[in-house]
Amino acid sequence: MTTESTTQMPSVGYGAAILRFIKSFGLLRESWVGMIGAVLVLFWVIVAVFAPLIAQFDPNASIQPFAKPGAVAASGSTFWLGTDHMGRDILSRIVWGSRTVLIYAPLATLSAYTVGILMGLMAGYRGGLVDDILSRISDIILSFPVLVLYIIVIATIGASGFNIVIAITFASSPGIMRIVRGLVLDLRNRDYVAAAQTRGESDWRIMLVEILPNARGPLIVDACLRLGYVIITIGVLGFLGLGLPPPDPDWGGMVNETRQMAMVFPHMTLFPCIAISSLILGFNLLADGLREISLRD
Amino acid sequence: MTDNQDPVLLCKDLCISYYTRAGEIPAVVDFSLTVKPGETIGIVGESGCGKSTVAMAIMQYMGANGGIKSGSITFKGRDLTTLNEDELRSIRGSEISMIYQEPFASLNPSLKISTQLMEVPLAHENISKEEARKRSVQMLTDVNLPDPERVMESYPHQLSGGQQQRAVIAMGLLSNPSLLLLDEPTTALDVTVEAGIVKLIADISKKFGTSQIYISHNLGLILETCDRVFVMYSGEVVEEGTINSLFTWPKHPYTHGLFSCIPLPTTDKNAAPLKPIQGQLPLPFERPSGCYFGPRCDHFEQGLCDKDHFRMENVEGSAPDHRVRCLRYKDIDHTKEASGDTAKESLEIGKRVLNVDGMKKYYEVKDASLMALIAGKSVRHVKANEELNFTAHESETVAIVGESGCGKSTFAKVLMGLETGTEGEIRHKGKDISDIEVRDRSTKQIRSLQMVFQNPFDTLNPSHTIGGQISRVIRQFGIETDKKKVFDRVMTLLDTIKLPRDFYFRKPRQLSGGQKQRIGIARAFAGNPNLVICDEPVSALDVSVAAAVTELLMDIQREHKTTLLFISHDMSVVRYLSDRIVVMYLGHLLERGTTEQIFAPPYHPYTEALLSAVPIADPEITKRRIVLEGNLPSAINPPKGCPFCTRCHRKIGDICDNEPPQDQVVSDRHVIKCHIPIEELSKIKPVIIVPDESERIHAK
Repeated sequence: MTTESTTQMPSVGYGAAILRFIKSFGLLRESWVGMIGAVLVLFWVIVAVFAPLIAQFDPNASIQPFAKPGAVAASGSTFWLGTDHMGRDILSRIVWGSRTVLIYAPLATLSAYTVGILMGLMAGYRGGLVDDILSRISDIILSFPVLVLYIIVIATIGASGFNIVIAITFASSPGIMRIVRGLVLDLRNRDYVAAAQTRGESDWRIMLVEILPNARGPLIVDACLRLGYVIITIGVLGFLGLGLPPPDPDWGGMVNETRQMAMVFPHMTLFPCIAISSLILGFNLLADGLREISLRD
Repeated sequence: MTDNQDPVLLCKDLCISYYTRAGEIPAVVDFSLTVKPGETIGIVGESGCGKSTVAMAIMQYMGANGGIKSGSITFKGRDLTTLNEDELRSIRGSEISMIYQEPFASLNPSLKISTQLMEVPLAHENISKEEARKRSVQMLTDVNLPDPERVMESYPHQLSGGQQQRAVIAMGLLSNPSLLLLDEPTTALDVTVEAGIVKLIADISKKFGTSQIYISHNLGLILETCDRVFVMYSGEVVEEGTINSLFTWPKHPYTHGLFSCIPLPTTDKNAAPLKPIQGQLPLPFERPSGCYFGPRCDHFEQGLCDKDHFRMENVEGSAPDHRVRCLRYKDIDHTKEASGDTAKESLEIGKRVLNVDGMKKYYEVKDASLMALIAGKSVRHVKANEELNFTAHESETVAIVGESGCGKSTFAKVLMGLETGTEGEIRHKGKDISDIEVRDRSTKQIRSLQMVFQNPFDTLNPSHTIGGQISRVIRQFGIETDKKKVFDRVMTLLDTIKLPRDFYFRKPRQLSGGQKQRIGIARAFAGNPNLVICDEPVSALDVSVAAAVTELLMDIQREHKTTLLFISHDMSVVRYLSDRIVVMYLGHLLERGTTEQIFAPPYHPYTEALLSAVPIADPEITKRRIVLEGNLPSAINPPKGCPFCTRCHRKIGDICDNEPPQDQVVSDRHVIKCHIPIEELSKIKPVIIVPDESERIHAK
């Protein structure tokens, strides 16, 4: 190349892309609602990451039943949130339980999105028979009450962390498919899609590279909201005894095990409930903030 | 019109600003305007120059973040800026009416026309419903709508675009306003429909004595409708004057530049290339000091033009109301820049590249109604293309002309392989491609046949960088595979389309419409195609930008000897750049021939009407007015005989209704499909009459 070309070849790398993604979160500062949400979510992420440092007791160890919040254990440590009927430290269980929620909820959402997006892309882009079949399947799934669906799936394949992911994917991907399909129906008529077709791109490349990135705005907001629902779902499954098998700490399960004693020992149910609500609130506020920002630009 | 009457509207030293998070944006600066009773004022300028803001300010409808900073707007002796909401409401819609660009957006789709029309007098005057209805019907008759009683009982979607706009104009006139604001009222309409609306608008002030302010980007339309004209640039008026003085002796370099950007029916691409204005419209907060047009002006003088901002002054030796905002207008001699000195060589036409032979494209429409089942006709056909025959040679520009719905885009789709043809052949370099879908075509085939799309805001994927999108094309076509070489090739292409090299890293939203369209051109030409379809590539761009993009296309064509298929509805652009023209109507090919043959008699009656509908920004050119009646028939149920028989002004009788016309060969490759004998058609006088060079007084 001659000296006149000052433009250098770009350093193509995922590092730069990730950096840009993180920078785009800086925009959140302009929405205080989104900021509160981000702080709440970040708080729980930190708690989950540093669980061994924060929790002072083994979450499954029976130490001293029915201890009030603030009681001091024989070892000298304090039960800040008290213990449950089996003598397990509630704070430690909530701290360790946050790991369950923050691993399985994003995993389930991601899995539901992968399936939903692929189905939605195919239904919206290909149209015709493919669209008819996929849409009818999703209609059938959506016509069941969600709770019944969960019970059927978990009862069939058994209760485990992995199966929760499968159950949630099964129940929520049709909804995601609907959203994606609607977005694709609009986007596939754009000239840049026609341009890609006329240069002989494959269907999958057009769907994934030309169409999907332009649908990301509404999908990111929806993903945040859905993450909140999934946390509720995991809580509900735990409450119904369909969550993680005991004795592993699970926020929903903690509420379920102690609900009969809630009038006498409110701390046993109250604190797990607060944990669930605050995390969901965090995700919902974050979604609101993201929506506000995406509307602005 | 008498001069001593009090003006209807008086704007004095008006400054309008918008207040945003980024700070104050001065949208209009130092705007003065007087509208006398019965006068039509034209405001012309490119997008972003503040012409709509002026209209909104007159309506006092600025939105939450807009405000009048200084100056006054006096309407019939009342200062509009001091009135409160209630007083304004009694003026809006009754004394000042406004007509917007898109008629289908101005009418409420869920209310009948009658409800929407009668609402106007009922809201502003204390009259009975019967009286309001009577007046509405009368007004619909006055705007030349056939069968007004039926229109009254219609919903907006049951009317065509032209009828809708007539209904909207009727709504605006119902309260007998003193002032009518028209904001690009015909931009969304087809040319032949536009011609009718323009005629109506030109008659309004005669018929009703209404003053009008006509906002447009099209100098030709302004010439046909207005008495005086204001040219706006970057928020200020740069020149004002009567139609006669301003069009004959434009003084401001920008006005002059605008005229050089418009292809006139007297010019063509080789003898007199368009001269685009250099540079871009400055953003409101980036305006230079002194003359806003300075950086783009050929006559810019340092130390004079970039000092202080200056005011309008009267042009010496011209009409008293011809004013200009330029310090050097006396020194600039526009006659010196003869356009002929940049004449380019015409290209030699090479061998045949494309051969369309009896191509048909029908779409199936399933009719599931009970009636259709009984009649046994459950499948009907939309006849989008019917028997297309034409050829295109190397280095040739073939224009496909027609109004919306004539099937020109369908033809492009079949050619590109996005649809397959129903019958007939399209041979590209000898190979029939009409029934091969794009996914089954070879890379070589795909690469040699590319397309430039219409909408600049849609042609690039907003998620990817410019560089990424062009390199993808290069890799996809297998031109280069090595990363470094692909990058070099993108750089060469960016040089070809005259864009800076660092656009490689930009996203489409950081580009203007014209720049996006240039990238679209680069993408189409990346694989050195020998045939490129351009689907109205400049119709969405401002005139000065459109001129630059058109010239770019011509330059690239010259370099690569590409065949261009240019789809357009604009006869003046087509006249300028094409060698051969194909006129389409309702899927049929009505006339084809060289540009000279099409623009001179014998004409097909439809070609004649199309030519008459072209607005021409030159007061010395006269043309015959032909306004077509009625609407485009539906392609599901086309007329049995000649497709044009329902609107033809030269219909000769039953034969037109019942028998499809045959091709009549006038001379080699000039074919007219009409029942009228060629001898008759040859006797028709030319539509556009251009005076001899010696008789012309135009500054050019």
